[in-house]
Amino acid sequence: MSKLRTGSTWRARIRTAEDGLATGLAVLSTVLVVAPLVAIFVYLIYKGASSLNLAFFTQIPKPEGQEGGGMANAIVGSGVLLALASAIGVPIGIGGGIFLAEFGRGSKLANAVRFTADVLNGVPSIVMGVAIYALVVTPAMPFSAISGGLALGIMMIPTVTRTTEEMLLMVPHAVREAALALGVPNWRSVLSITVKTASPGIITGCMLAFARVAGETAPLIFTAFGNSNWSVALNQPISALPLEIYRYAISPYDDQHRQAWAAALVLVVLIVTAVSLVRYVASRGVLKGAS
Amino acid sequence: MGVGIEVTNLNAWYGANHTLQDINLNIPANHATALIGPSGCGKSTFVRCLNRMHETNPIARVTGTVRIGDLDIYTDAKPVEIRRRVGMVFQRPNPFPTMSIYDNVAAGLKLNGYSNHRVLDEIVERSLKDSALWEEVKDDLKKKSGASLSGGQQQRLCIARALAVDPEVLLMDEPASALDPVSTSKIEDLIFQLKSQYTIVIVTHNMQQAARVAEKTGFFLNGRMVEFDSTHKIFTNPSDKRTEDYITGRFG
Repeated sequence: MSKLRTGSTWRARIRTAEDGLATGLAVLSTVLVVAPLVAIFVYLIYKGASSLNLAFFTQIPKPEGQEGGGMANAIVGSGVLLALASAIGVPIGIGGGIFLAEFGRGSKLANAVRFTADVLNGVPSIVMGVAIYALVVTPAMPFSAISGGLALGIMMIPTVTRTTEEMLLMVPHAVREAALALGVPNWRSVLSITVKTASPGIITGCMLAFARVAGETAPLIFTAFGNSNWSVALNQPISALPLEIYRYAISPYDDQHRQAWAAALVLVVLIVTAVSLVRYVASRGVLKGAS
Repeated sequence: MGVGIEVTNLNAWYGANHTLQDINLNIPANHATALIGPSGCGKSTFVRCLNRMHETNPIARVTGTVRIGDLDIYTDAKPVEIRRRVGMVFQRPNPFPTMSIYDNVAAGLKLNGYSNHRVLDEIVERSLKDSALWEEVKDDLKKKSGASLSGGQQQRLCIARALAVDPEVLLMDEPASALDPVSTSKIEDLIFQLKSQYTIVIVTHNMQQAARVAEKTGFFLNGRMVEFDSTHKIFTNPSDKRTEDYITGRFG
């Protein structure tokens, strides 16, 4: 009897040790996931915060070599480009996802669309920039906000399409049947029931795509081009934060290096704010107990 | 008011699988009719043929005629029109998770373009009262999601949702099999009350349930209807040996 008991305490100790080990590994992994993010953010604040001042948000860049100035045009330019990109990428992406999950399921066209989206997702962003440059940027339509927005918008499509499809497929079959059994036409059931049920996931997908293209530099070099002056005209070259970061980071002037850090900080904060804001607005309509 | 259902030579397939064979049956108006039989015998397929939900599966096929009232549902009307006249309650409660209790009940009307708020309010209240859920939810109608209710409440919500479009027939596919005994007895009480206004067809695995709620009972086996008679006769003096074997628990 006593032997048995020793045996069981021994086993209990092993179990406790195993439990501790597993928990420890999980905690360690969490730390490893969060650490780079925190490190980047802390370093950005350390390097960039000191260069942030009112002028940074209200003035346009000073000519080469002069101290001061700001990036007001780049902040607004990024906003314009991202608005254009979202206006192109979100509706097309969601529409594609709805087609894949609801109407084209199993068809050859759907498989082709899915394959294209996956390939498009893997196209390097610089290639996207060059492609838009070759296809859209012409004497009639020179470097412009529109071509930049188009490049970013096309880059958003595959992410939005694939997440929309996956989120729609997660909506239980029973929910679709419930709508059909009420005599609701299929298209109406898809739009008002299935898409609505999947909307939190779809919004997350859109935000992921948005955050990804918000920091893209390469596709803008050949399309939006950048602009040192005030411009919000859609058919003119336009400035953007990633472009300015790129330009200032490789410039020979210390003041521009500092401004690049500040711009990087502002870009990250703007992306986080935009994503949080959309999530907040989207979650306000959710009812108590809704999945 | 409910209407009768007349089924003639109904056959149904899933792919190559001949799930219903030559079903002939008259379901009386304003009564509850129970369908019993072992799993896979075709009784769920049968009720799904009565509101043309069967054909939402791309590999499904149907032949034969089904008349509901004076309407031949496979030739005279579109599936969406049939489904508004023939409501359905499923085995597992399936409220719309993102909608409030109110919107769940109003869904059938709203999604078909109906928007008069005063009338909607009345219909929602009446439907929830008819499904015996009103007292439990009247304070949270627009605040809580349909998914926040208990399983039994969700099922009564689904019944209210089906009633709100004012159907003539109510199909119930094992409506209580996922519920606890208390919720089950509430659903049965409800069927008892509703059958004065609607023609009810209920699929069930629970033979006591069939005996309690239904005037008529049909016994299905391997895609055929073996026997259809008054519930009393089926359970006390069935004319077919297979029915007797089933209700006495010798198989299935």
